[in-house]
Amino acid sequence: MTFISNLINGISLGSVYAIIALGYTMVYGIAKMLNFAHGDVIMIGAYMSFCATTYLHLPVPAAIFMAMCVCTILGIVIEGLAYKPLRRATSLAVLITAIGVSYFLQNIALIIWGSAPKTFSSVVPFGSLRLFGGELIITAESIVTVLANIVIMVGLAIFTKKSKMGKAMRAVSEDKDAAELMGINVNVTISVTFAIGSALAAIAGVLLCSAYPVLMPTTGAMPGIKAFTAAVFGGIGSIPGAMLGGILLGIIEIFSKSYISTQLSDAIVFGVLIVVLLVKPTGLLGKKIAEKV
Amino acid sequence: MKKIRELNSFTRTNIACYGIVILAFVVLYPLQSAGLISHSISGQLVPICTYVVMAISLNLTVGFLGELSLGHAGFMSVGAFTGVITAISLAAAVPSPAIRLVIAIIVGGLFAGVAGLIIGIPVLRLKGDYLAIVTLAFGEIIKNIINCLYVGIDESGLHFSMKSDAALGLSDMGRVIMKGPQGAVGITKTATFLSGILLILFALFIVLNLVNSKTGRAVTAIRDNRIAAESVGIGITRYKLTAFIISAMLAGMAGALYAQNLSAVAATKFDFNTSILILVFVVLGGMGNIFGSIIAASLLYMLPELLRGLADYRMLIYAVILIFVMIATNGTRSKLIIAKIKSLFRFKKSPGEGAANI
Repeated sequence: MTFISNLINGISLGSVYAIIALGYTMVYGIAKMLNFAHGDVIMIGAYMSFCATTYLHLPVPAAIFMAMCVCTILGIVIEGLAYKPLRRATSLAVLITAIGVSYFLQNIALIIWGSAPKTFSSVVPFGSLRLFGGELIITAESIVTVLANIVIMVGLAIFTKKSKMGKAMRAVSEDKDAAELMGINVNVTISVTFAIGSALAAIAGVLLCSAYPVLMPTTGAMPGIKAFTAAVFGGIGSIPGAMLGGILLGIIEIFSKSYISTQLSDAIVFGVLIVVLLVKPTGLLGKKIAEKV
Repeated sequence: MKKIRELNSFTRTNIACYGIVILAFVVLYPLQSAGLISHSISGQLVPICTYVVMAISLNLTVGFLGELSLGHAGFMSVGAFTGVITAISLAAAVPSPAIRLVIAIIVGGLFAGVAGLIIGIPVLRLKGDYLAIVTLAFGEIIKNIINCLYVGIDESGLHFSMKSDAALGLSDMGRVIMKGPQGAVGITKTATFLSGILLILFALFIVLNLVNSKTGRAVTAIRDNRIAAESVGIGITRYKLTAFIISAMLAGMAGALYAQNLSAVAATKFDFNTSILILVFVVLGGMGNIFGSIIAASLLYMLPELLRGLADYRMLIYAVILIFVMIATNGTRSKLIIAKIKSLFRFKKSPGEGAANI
């Protein structure tokens, strides 16, 4: 039973990583940049939802919606102010700017909400599910997280396959200049990608803090790094890859915590990542690109 | 003619690099010994020296080798802790603190170099962002393992454990050097400003000579075009690994010096944020520009200190300055503006200078 319970916890944690990883992978696929500030957008989303429920006494769905709206606007503003002027710059310059944005968001949060951790009350109003006479306990948060992950994945798959904007996104990620020649507005497409990624980050923030209810300005940093590795693990730029990478990473983390060592779990997670990348250097579902001479 | 100009630009860079370090020492050392520098700044002198060395060493990887490393603090960590263990083990055998410091720095550098070799062999097969993420992962693994490591010493030698300090099984005479998450404790401060300056000069000597040597030219050729370099018979792996190991060794030496300036140091000090901080120094100073690294590391390390009067807002302002400088130096529009200003002053880059300052 502990095995199944660990597996479910792993899938649940992995689903959060997968939702965050989506933001990384979509932005990377389209703008070819590592958006290191993504983890901090999660934190802002969680704070927004916290404020909406605690201070404004809004119902939970309205609070989540507000968090999503704020993060969407934040994503668009960050892209427009900090990343757009660097569209043609080296990837390293953009990376450092993203780190600057990350510091900025963390310190804004520090000034507004202080460094003392806030206790985040879960947004899921149901109790835990008890199966097999109480031997197997599944928290409602796990169920909601996994369901949210499935809905988001299916929604995104349909969006990128069927809608006009989704097709434009795929075109831009394939070849930016050719897409522009075909009449696709590249700037708008990139902004929309950031908007979607940031809205997903808000959801991920709320789900993450419902399961692990400590909210601090640095809350987003470590999940951000892990989700980023999850995106690379699955093959960065690939949406199914982000899902697979996230869930596998979550399962590996929970299993190594419960069967090997709590303290060394991060080392094990990153160790597995390195082994995978050495065997398959573009990640699990990444495309292998032939090098032009 | 062109050759002479190139030679000149190399010597010019060398003179500028050595000159600024020696100048800083000549100006600051008497002030420090006379007690004319405020306590908070004089306490920062050794950390600044270590971060300058870190920036120089990372510039070798990022600027000259062209590989993004996000785990450079990991090597610093290896150097710091092996250095501390060495220094404490030798406390009785070597009474002179200066010699002990030198031995600690050398041992720290060697161990970090070995770590660089172990990490470099698999990592350097990867390219671009994948290489970045693997170095990040290695940095986190090193931090995680050191965070669980307990080391103690007694008359029968060193004892290691991954569980607790009780599991070390020390005799009554023994002492614990590293206490897991608390890190290394009870370090005797042996680092001085002079030792920091000497380490910078050593790092400069190694890196500047390497860059201007046959190996250095091979390394930059690999950075500029890997396939072309390979096709003219440059052994990619060998040269990449050489540069990477030297970079790791210098980082380890800097780490050893850094730890010898503190009374206690924990593994969490050398985390992802520290790696990023060093990368920021390198990128803002200019990749492949050693002089820029020295200036950027010392100024940016001091910046939060100088902004201390602004209390909570200082890191916020630091972030804004960082973003602004990146956009100003790399943005498409701002680049055009800078080019226009330069053409107003008829500023022309000689081809030799361009090659040296990429």
